[in-house]
Order: sequence, then structure tokens, then C-alpha cells
Amino acid sequence: MRVPMSWLREYVAVPETATAEQVAADLVRVGLEEEAIHGGEVTGPLVVGRVLDFTEEPQKNGKTIRWCSVDVGAHNVRVGTGTGTDPGTGTGAGDAAGRPRGIVCGARNFAVGDLVAVSLPGAVLPGGFVISARKTYGHVSDGMICSARELGLGEDHAGILRLAELGVDAEPGTDALPLLGLAERTVEVNVTPDRGYAFSVRGVAREYGHATGAAFTDPVDPDGPPPPAPTADGFAVRLDDGAPIHGVLGCDRYTARVVRGVDAARPSPAWLQRRLEQAGMRPISLAVDVTNYVMLGVGQPLHAFDLDTLTGPIVVRRALPGERLTTLDDVDRALDPEDLLITDDGGRRVLALAGVMGGASSEVSATTRNLLVESAHFDAVSVARASRRHKLSTEASRRYERGVDRDLAARAADLAVRLLVEYGGGEPSGVTDTDLRGPVPPITMSVDLPARIVGVPYTAEQVTGTLTEIGCRVEPSGDGVLTVHPPTWRPDLRIGADLAEEVARLRGYQDIPSVVPVAPAGRGLTHGQRARRSVARALAEHGLVEVLSYPFVSPLVHDAFGLAADDPRRTALRLANPLSDEQPELRTSLLPPLLETLRRNVGRGQTDLGLFEIGLVVNPSGNATAPRPGVAGRPSAEELAALHGAVPDQPRHVAVVLTGQQVPAGWYGPGRAADWTDAVDAATRVVRTVGLVADVAADERAPWHPGRCARIEVDGRAVGHAGELHPKVVAALGLPDRTVAAEVDLDLLTALSGGVRRAVPVPTFPVAKEDVALVVDAAVPSTAVEAALRDGAGELLESVRLFDVYTGPQVGEGRKSLAYALRLRAADRTLTAQESAEARDEAVAVAADRVGAVLRGA
Amino acid sequence: MSGPTTSSDPAEAAVLDPQRLDAAVTDALAAIADAGDLGALKQARLDHAGDRSPLALANRGIGALPAAERKEAGQRIGRARGQVQQALVARQSELEAERDARVLVEESVDVTLPVQRVPAGARHPLETISERIADVFVSMGWEIAEGPEVEAEWFNFDALNFDPDHPARQMQDTFFVDPPEAGLVLRTHTSPVQARALLERGAPLYVAVPGKVFRTDDLDATHTPVFHQVEGLAVDKGLTMAHLRGTLDHLARAMFGPEVRTRLRPSFFPFTEPSAEPDVQCFVCGGADRTCRTCKGTGWIEWGGCGMVHPNVLRACGVDPEVYTGFAFGMGIERTLMFRHGVADMHDMVEGDVRFSRHYGMEV
Repeated sequence: MRVPMSWLREYVAVPETATAEQVAADLVRVGLEEEAIHGGEVTGPLVVGRVLDFTEEPQKNGKTIRWCSVDVGAHNVRVGTGTGTDPGTGTGAGDAAGRPRGIVCGARNFAVGDLVAVSLPGAVLPGGFVISARKTYGHVSDGMICSARELGLGEDHAGILRLAELGVDAEPGTDALPLLGLAERTVEVNVTPDRGYAFSVRGVAREYGHATGAAFTDPVDPDGPPPPAPTADGFAVRLDDGAPIHGVLGCDRYTARVVRGVDAARPSPAWLQRRLEQAGMRPISLAVDVTNYVMLGVGQPLHAFDLDTLTGPIVVRRALPGERLTTLDDVDRALDPEDLLITDDGGRRVLALAGVMGGASSEVSATTRNLLVESAHFDAVSVARASRRHKLSTEASRRYERGVDRDLAARAADLAVRLLVEYGGGEPSGVTDTDLRGPVPPITMSVDLPARIVGVPYTAEQVTGTLTEIGCRVEPSGDGVLTVHPPTWRPDLRIGADLAEEVARLRGYQDIPSVVPVAPAGRGLTHGQRARRSVARALAEHGLVEVLSYPFVSPLVHDAFGLAADDPRRTALRLANPLSDEQPELRTSLLPPLLETLRRNVGRGQTDLGLFEIGLVVNPSGNATAPRPGVAGRPSAEELAALHGAVPDQPRHVAVVLTGQQVPAGWYGPGRAADWTDAVDAATRVVRTVGLVADVAADERAPWHPGRCARIEVDGRAVGHAGELHPKVVAALGLPDRTVAAEVDLDLLTALSGGVRRAVPVPTFPVAKEDVALVVDAAVPSTAVEAALRDGAGELLESVRLFDVYTGPQVGEGRKSLAYALRLRAADRTLTAQESAEARDEAVAVAADRVGAVLRGA
Repeated sequence: MSGPTTSSDPAEAAVLDPQRLDAAVTDALAAIADAGDLGALKQARLDHAGDRSPLALANRGIGALPAAERKEAGQRIGRARGQVQQALVARQSELEAERDARVLVEESVDVTLPVQRVPAGARHPLETISERIADVFVSMGWEIAEGPEVEAEWFNFDALNFDPDHPARQMQDTFFVDPPEAGLVLRTHTSPVQARALLERGAPLYVAVPGKVFRTDDLDATHTPVFHQVEGLAVDKGLTMAHLRGTLDHLARAMFGPEVRTRLRPSFFPFTEPSAEPDVQCFVCGGADRTCRTCKGTGWIEWGGCGMVHPNVLRACGVDPEVYTGFAFGMGIERTLMFRHGVADMHDMVEGDVRFSRHYGMEV
């Protein structure tokens, strides 16, 4: 809401010395946040000029400029000393004190004799645009004739601003800043959706009064003289809402005023036009400007119909199936049976979408002489739904859906009528007031509720006094309970907490003390939270960099990944309104967005990378629809179960991608490029970090290389995959060759981990070491050989470590030699050489039996 | 070695002469002193204290002397040998010390060579600061709750007193899951976890909820469609806005230092009443510059939203608002990071450029 300072001062006693900044700061205290301060951007000499003459000069660039001689009164060029060395085409009609100024102008929408706004050298226009005498198109232009936009007076830049358009008439040379209201400043505040009444100068002025104690003068004082009573010749109106929403009438009050004989040719007065512009609206015609002015001033949306197009009576009703309306924005709209309509001819013709926008058929035109001014109270929900349904947010609908003063209609209409009479020469005529308003229930509130909620010991007098100040009628009803009737402009006040906020707000939030509450003893982080932190830290300390990617993906990525048609990862949740139509799905794997992040880094010259990300993936759980239980109390167990069931499973994963040199070549020796082992290492590191043991098995799974893909298992359950990406995936995604990746289900891991580990004694008897080299088929996984050795060596085995892999002529085609170091130890004695050898032999025997291992050299 | 001998060697007998003995000692000491390294000293030991050395021979010659002379000769030769032995030990230790010192010099390296073979990794600063915030709450006895990012509309809006027809529902530009009738959205704030935690655990309850949230904003210097919040919810008997302010002040000091100034500004949120927005004093201008870009000249920077939990929210979660009151707040973690570290552009936080995270390392 933009509030010009002069308009504000009309309704509330703002001190003479108060600046726009101070007013904004005062309003912030009561919850109207400063958005911006406008105006005051034009400084220096801006004066009224009269175009005395001009010559049109076509230019090489196709433009035609006008070389003008402009009389700027006292600012004319002193003969002999002026900067305007070019005499221009002045005809000598200028002030005797000097010659008129020569000014180049690109616009052609003016005539000789027109008054214009001239910024002279030294002036500064909005945006810091400094005016100086400068050579252009072969002349020295000694100033600039301004357009409305150049002055910050609106968007009009089609031509220069002719002052007559604003009804301004003044002598050349007159300071134009005050004439155009440019010296004046406008405070723009952000109005929260609960406070519709502050969408008016009246509402903001009232709040300024609350914030500072300045005297507020209500421009539509409910205690003032009553507006004219309904007359017999009032236009007939029938309120006929057959389908109220939530039992609330779509329109519970409709006032209409007839004004006859308005001179359609007369423009709105300049001050009124200026105020509309300052408030951010465009002046259109007297009738429209007056309705907008009243709406901005007091917050009551009005609508002016061309009376001569209407056939009585007006009926306010819901739409019928199939009805249509062409609204003022020239859009032909199919109406919904829930839309509330203004109709005439006894309901046969649709005039307007109530509280949202009027129709073209009854629009006020340049020939309109007789007006019907509508000033009504429409239900917030009804208007909000219509506005949303038709994607049509208007100044009126924004106010209605936030709540309009329910007692304002007649007085606001009267204000408009008086302006139309004064500036349009109209005659007030018939008055209609159809009033179906019911009583508003009061709020009962314990007088100590504000203190109990806010934590400031407000006295009963302070509570009652504050509520009275905001316009409430407060009746004590004994036992410290108050019965509070909120003012008609505050439909947002419904419960005690609302009133408590008013007390806190007006007394000032700065009075609230700062007290740290004492919570019951907590349990600290959960196992899952600690595990997640450990994993992130372990990976970062291992040299990987954590990143956070957007979860939005393209469905095409499933093809790029080579996922099978029935791969569950293809079943992704889709957004109804994605930011980008190319990426409407939510990730089912962390890898697509993470690989995109990797690619972006590579593109920026970071070629040696190790990235990781921890985040949620979304696995749609079917077609369940989330219920919307009532909110009057706790949902039933069934409703809660249905709610939880409809929310898709969203496990937390951790993913790692690597490319380029993991150890760069250095003075210590050659470097090492990322390969499948880095991915498997990262995945098993994650498992180890949460206290589990990872088993690694060969697997074939997209998007990995079928021969270089490891399944990571814990206790026989797959928890993730790691390895080198499939060369086709690498090519399809434009990744560096041999990019490797791993992804692990972190939620599953933390669920599997977390038990209390029992201690095992540490034996101190000497260790016995046995090395064995076993030759097996190349296809036998090393884990199988190791498992056989472990089982064979039995209890005495402390550890087994693979220390060499050999393939070559010595072991034969299709065979490999695996060399293991066994460490054997007993808890209660020193092992004899014989015991140690027996354990080794047994290990080899089991390996021979299970995987066909042959002792190398045997 | 001394031992009984039966033969009489003329050379042995000769050394028994005191003058010859003195000369042998002098020769020995000179050779020991001249030994420049441990090898030379070893040779000197062989020559002057070895089995064939004059002193050894002399010692062996003692047995051949008449009994009356043996004692005197024995003492004399013993002293001479002792003197040589002592010199050997001393020189040995001198030369060993020299050698040890030389080895250390020879083994010295350029310790300034780069030693880190695996480049350093880093946490994302948003995650690190989230953990830091969580730690602040855990230290107050609060617990850290979590919830899903794809959320039921009921939790995200209805349970939080967002009337479907109220303009507040449109305040937060929401991503809807297709089809919209499914009643699922990407949560627009971490507040649905308030409802989940209350329904699950009941009152009294003190939880903080850091997490990812979504709004249909385009990415620019100050907005991102995916961002992070930390939600706080305390429901207990006797809680007031003073406790809300105390909690926020504590968090603000933990994030921005003990000197930070805060204020509560009246505002509106459907799920709190009274509502407020906590502001922190502008870090750039401190409120002194009307043209400051950071605070747009107001002197204050918005940090989030907060208020006392609306009775309708408590009721929808099965908590009796006549018995319990509560407060809630939600702070932007990106904003917190921006203020705390002077991050100027949101792009840096979301693009995953490793240079951004590496700058912070493991801590923020």
C-alpha cells in the first residue's frame, strides 16, 4: 500500500517535521513493514516551460527531432552570458530578462503554445540521471522536455508530458516540483493478509495514530452525520444468494447511489490524479478515478455502472451453469455456479463478477452522463474463490478477500457521490441500501490473557484501554472476563489471542522481556542424526566435498542411465507446477543431480573431483490421496494412518561421484586417477562409519559398468552400489571418461546399526604368521576365497589380509594367484609351530574344497 | 690377555723397560688422538691395545719376571693400559657423537615440500551451520525432529490454521505434486513438522527442525526455490512471548556474536497469534546508512518469522490450548549464513561449486 505523505496528513496529525523515513519507522512498530519510500527523486531546476516554436529536423538515423524554443520565464538565457549559444528559433516572445532556451526533443505529441515540464541543467531525475547542456543532433540542447516516466510520474513514455493533461496551468518559469507533486514523498508499506483495513490511507493513518499517539480523524466517521437514507427512487436491488459458502451470504449489504448529469468530458482534478499516481494507479476518467480514490482513501471498493445501460432491478446472485461474462479486461469468462454475480434486468443479464471485476456491457464510457455507484459488502471467501478461480486479482478483490469494513458501504458511496457532484457537476439522485447484515458475536476474554500469552504484566486498565483505542467496545462481565466487540473494520479479530496481539502490538513488542525457557532434560541427537554427521565428516575428511543439488530431474535421465523399463527408479513423483518443464520429476536417486553438479564443476575447470551429497530421494508409494481431515481436534487414528500412508517413502541416501586425479602427481611420485576402487572404498567407508561391516559382491546394475559394479551388503541385505559408470552413461551425460559413483541407502544403514557392541578381551600371547598363495579361477571373487580361509582357519585366526594378486604365465590362462597373510593367535597360550601350520593347512583345504584353490607352487 | 706364560719373548721383555713402556703409551695416545673417524680409531685400538700391541705383549711378559719385580711391573703396566683404554673410550664417544651429528645433518630434508597427497575435502557450509544450530538447541535440552520433504497438504497448511480460502495460503508459492488432488506438496516451510511432532509426542515438547523447504521462486542473488529453515517449537505450561524472545536472542548470539541486537516486529502468520518477525540489526551499516543496500536503509534485516502457537493449531494436534501455550519460529538458514559470513550471492550456495565449500573447510 502506497501512502502519499500529504494524504496521510489529511487523516492523522503527522508532526510538521516528521519525514517519510520517520513515518515508516513508526509504522514498522505496529506491524506495517516499510517496503519503499518513493518521491523526492527529482531535484534541481524543473520548471514550467511554454513551447514557443519548433522546427522538425529529419535525422540520418530515420528519426525526426524537434528543435524547440522554450520560454522558461526567469530561467531564460541572459543575453550575452547564457550557455545557449545557439539562438534557436526563438521569436523573441520570451521574458525580457533573456532569450528562450533551445531544446532538442524527440517527441512530437505537442504543439506550439503547450505548457511542458523542462528540466534545466543541474536537475537530477529519478535513477540519478543528471541533466546538463549537451550537444546533440547538431544543437546544444539547453535542458530537457520531460515525459511522465522520466519524472517518475508513471509509465507513460509515448511522448512528453503536456501539463494540460494534468490540469496544470502556470506561468513559464514556475517551479514545477510542487505543481507536479514531485517534492512530495510516498511511504509504501507491506500489508499482511490479515489486515485488509490497512489497504487504505484511512487504515494506515489509524495505525500511525496507534504508533505515535497522533490524533486520527476518520474521513468516514461512524459517529459523524449519517449518510443519506434510502429513497423511494433508489435503483431497485435484490440480494438473492441461493448458495452461501459456509453459511455466509455472499453479499450482506448493497448500497447504490444514482448520480445524474455528470459531465463526462471533465477530467479529474489534478490533485486527485496525482494522488492516484502516487498510490500506484493510473487516472482514467472522472467516474473511475473517483471510485478508485475513495477505495484508496477509505478501503471500500466501489464500482461505477453506466446507469443508462442498466435495466432494473439489480439482482445479486450465484451464477447459473453455462453463464458467461466478458470482463473489463476483455476476457470472455465461463462462470462457475459458485461465482457471485451482479446482474440486472431482474437477473437476466450478467453485469459483473461481484467484488472482482465489472463487465464490459455496463462500463462507464466517454459519453456516460448518468451513473450508478455500487458500494457493497461481499464475503471474503466468496470473492477469494472467484478471484482464484478466474486467476483475476484486482484492487477490489485483494481488499475483499482480506476483509472490508462491514459498516463502510453507505458512507464511502456518499464520499464518492460528493466528489462526482463537485468535480463532474452531477446531481445526486436515488439512494438504495439493502442490508441483510446479522450481528457479529463478541469475544469473551480473560483480562489476564494478554499477560499470560505475552509475558508482560499488563494491568486490566492497560488491556481495556488498548482495546478501546483500536476501536473495540469493551464490557467487563465480572470475574476478570471481558466481553469485547471488535470494530467493524477488524474482521480479523476473532479470539482472545487476536486481542492479546493487539495489546502487545500497541503497547510495543519492545516491552517483551527476554527469558530463556528451561526445557526438560533432552536425549540429545538421535542415532540416525549422529550417524549422518559421522558419515558426512568421514567423507569430507577422506577428501570429498559436500554439495547440495536441487532434487528436480528430467524423465529423460532414466534413459540416459539405461534403466530397464520396469526399473522402480523410473517411477518418480511429478510436480504439477515445476519450475522448468524439462525437470518436472523428483529424484529417485541422488546421482542424476549430483552428476550434473559434477559436470558443472568440470565445466568450470575443476577436473579432479570427489563430491558427495546426503539427501532424500522420493519413492512414490502408489496412488493414495492424502485426506484433509477437519482441524477442530486431533485427527482419528485412521485419518492419521491415511495421512502418513499417502506421504511417499523418502529415504535418505548418500551418494559419491569422483573423476580425475584423486592423488595428483607430485614430487613424491606419480598421481593416481579415480577408478572403481575409489567408489567402492567410499561406499564401504560409509558402512564402516556407522559401525557396520560391508560385504562386497559383483553385480550388474544401471547406471554402472556391468563388469565394474559392486553391490554393497550388510548382513546379506543390499544397502547400495558402487563402481565405474557405464561408458554409455558417461557419454550420454557428457561426463569425463571413467567417472565413478556410489550410492548407499543411509536410512537403511542406520536402521541396521546402532546396537551396543560387547567388549572382547585383547589376547597378549604371541602372534603366529602364515602366508599362503592360492591359485583360483579368475572368475572367483576374492571375498569367496577369503571367506573360505576364515572358515578353515577357525577360531585361531585373528586376521586375514590379501596382499598380492598375480595373473600371468606362471599361473596359467584364466587363473589368478591370490596371496594372503594370516595372523593366528590363541587367547590362552602361545601357539606351537605345529598348531599354526595345522590351522593354515585347514584354511587352504577349505579354500580348495569351496573355490578350487590350489596352493601356489604345490 | 694376561695369563701365565712359560716362554720369554725378547720383544715382550723389552717393553717392560719403563722408558719403552712410556714411549708405547705416548705412541698409543697420539694414535688415538689422531684417529679422525671411527674406522681409524678401530685401527688404533688394534695397534695399541690389541693382542699384538706392545702393551699387551708387555702385560704377557709380567709372568716371566722374577717374583719380586712382578708387582711393581704389574702396577706400572696396568696404569699404562688403563690410560690407553680411557683415551680409547673417550675418543670413541667423541667420534660417535660427531658421526651422529653428521648423519642428522645429512638426513635433513625440505620440510616445506607439499605433503598432502589427497586434497582436502569439505562439508557444505549450510550443513555445517545447520549442525551448529542444532547443537545450540540440544544444549538447551531441545531435541531435533525431522519430517518428509514431500508432505501432505494437511500437515503443511490445514493443521497450521491456513484456511484454504485465506490469501495467506497463497503467500507461499507452493509446488504441488501431480495430480493436485493427491493432496501432496513440497513443504513450503519446516512448520508441518510442528504438527507431526505434537501429534506424535504431545506436550510438553521442545523441538528444533532444520531442513529443506521449497517455494516456486526463480533462482537469483537472494532467492532460491530450494532452501533451508530451522523451525523451533516449544509447547508447555506457562510459555510466553518472553520465552520466545529469550530463545531467539540466545540463537542470535550463538550465530552472530554476543553484541548482536534483535527486535521483534508485529507480523502475521496463520499458525501463530500473536505473530512477529525477528529482525537483526544490519551487519553492514548498523542502521546508520539510509542508502545501505543490505538493509534497504531500514537498519534491520529480516531473519524469519515467529509467534505464539495459534490455539487452532494446538487443537488440531490434540493439545488443549486452555492448558498449554507454545511458541514457534522459523529462520532461514541461507540468510543466517549470508549474514554470518557475508555470502553475497545465493548462486554460490546452490551450484555446488567445490571452491565455495572448500573455502570453509570443515567448520563454519
